[in-house]
Amino acid sequence: MKGRGLRIYAILYLIFLYAPILILPLFAFNNGTIIAFPLKGFTTEWFVQMSQNETLRRAFMNSLIIAFSSAIFATSLGVFAARASTRFNFPAKTGIMGLIMLPLVLPEIIIAMSLLVVLLGAGVGLSIFTVILGHTLICMPYAIAILSTAFNSLDKSLEEAAYDLGETKFSAFRLVILPLVMPGIISSLLMSFTISLDEFIIAFFLAGNEPTLPTYIFSQLRFPKSVPVIMALGTVLVLMSILLLTVAEYFRRRGVARTGQKDHGGFL
Amino acid sequence: MSATRFDAEARQGLAMISPPLIYALLMLAAPLLTILAYSFFKDDYLKVIHEFTLDNYRAVFTDPVFHKVMLRSLVVAMLVTLVTVVLAFPVAYFLSFVVRPERKAMWLFLITIPFWTSYLIRVFLWKAILAENGVVNSIMTLLPFIDEPPFGNMLYNVQAMVITLAHAYAPFAILPIYVALEKIDRSLLEAGQDLGESKLMTFWRVTLPLAMPGVIAATLIVFIPTIGDYVTPELIGGGKTPMIANMVQANMLALDNRPMGSALAVTAMLIVAVVSVIFLFLNRRFLKVRQ
Repeated sequence: MKGRGLRIYAILYLIFLYAPILILPLFAFNNGTIIAFPLKGFTTEWFVQMSQNETLRRAFMNSLIIAFSSAIFATSLGVFAARASTRFNFPAKTGIMGLIMLPLVLPEIIIAMSLLVVLLGAGVGLSIFTVILGHTLICMPYAIAILSTAFNSLDKSLEEAAYDLGETKFSAFRLVILPLVMPGIISSLLMSFTISLDEFIIAFFLAGNEPTLPTYIFSQLRFPKSVPVIMALGTVLVLMSILLLTVAEYFRRRGVARTGQKDHGGFL
Repeated sequence: MSATRFDAEARQGLAMISPPLIYALLMLAAPLLTILAYSFFKDDYLKVIHEFTLDNYRAVFTDPVFHKVMLRSLVVAMLVTLVTVVLAFPVAYFLSFVVRPERKAMWLFLITIPFWTSYLIRVFLWKAILAENGVVNSIMTLLPFIDEPPFGNMLYNVQAMVITLAHAYAPFAILPIYVALEKIDRSLLEAGQDLGESKLMTFWRVTLPLAMPGVIAATLIVFIPTIGDYVTPELIGGGKTPMIANMVQANMLALDNRPMGSALAVTAMLIVAVVSVIFLFLNRRFLKVRQ
């Protein structure tokens, strides 16, 4: 059996990766306030408390609005960038794409701080709108990475055939290109939504007094009493992320299959 | 003819890229330039005086607290990078050389899932795992002959931060190495063995040098975000072991000295850039091999 040692190592590595997440539901249903063994007994009380918490509900609504808007903005802007970078040659292309993709490697604290200074200087009040501005910026590079794969696989002759058959630029885009890249667009929307939903630093500094889910979690972690509720909330969030990612992966694979590429797998 | 065609294409391309470009200019380039400008301004308690000065940089470079915090950030980021890349390499190798092609996408998906699930909750879970009355200690006390929590409090130090961050950035290290390994022409490895090299020597002299661009990318992709991490020093370090992000934030907001905070941010970014360039320079021969 080739690579048995490596396989065991890889499985151990996966266990290490998943261990903290697997602990989460154990303590979300545990009838005790301390995160320690032995477990005390089964309870759903933390989930009940979670659903009755007014601030938490507000944070949840805010997070949904932010994630939904950021996903749409980032993907819309991403479509332009992906189309431009895969189809056209233009001056300073490397520099322009470098600037747009920069948030991928720039620490978020730098983005958050510099945006904060500029927004306050320009007299823009902090609200969930300012968080959307920041999240759109950091989601855009991920959207472009996913969308570029989709646009890259397009056969140029399909588009030319549409022109020959009398379609205009716009109608050719709508009737030929858009359906082919649709799985990529859906995948990009879901990825951006997931990233925004989970993002803490920018939301922490740009939201003003409005809570989002991550900033609410951060504020509660100081109080040992509210930890079990956070465990319950974490369980729900992890399940939501896994669901979103699975759907995103499904559409990414469908896109790959539709345009007849070889599947290299994975995001990023 | 070809010149006008290029012009038309260039114009179309620039028109197409302009919405995301304008957004990036407004929301990224302009704020970064503002920070740069602020770092040369004077701070006059609650007000910024728009007058050129190098005092902020002088203060940053002579501040022993900055030296300590910057050094700690560098050490933590380097340790995290070393741990993640060394642990990730065998996994990437396994994915590329052992896993059957049709199952690769599933393995990659499994590896990336934890990365996308609430960062804050994962960091907090490490706090729960390492705490004095936490998961590790409570499991140990369940064993016979152990009554006291054997490890005591494992939080609020550099080791705990390294474990947490290494866990958080693990998938980031695997993917670039995997991509580099996938690109290796398998016949080169057979050639190595046909010419009498052992498996180990083939790995050392053929596979590893060809995988180096991926290893280098993984190193930078883990190193740069880790050095700017804010959450882990706050939660796992308990505020007792701040890193550079916490110091920038404290100056910008708590102390309300934006010029000083800006100078700290710019200096930190310069140091990270210099370290990255030195690292690339030391590894330049591996990057050239590729073509």
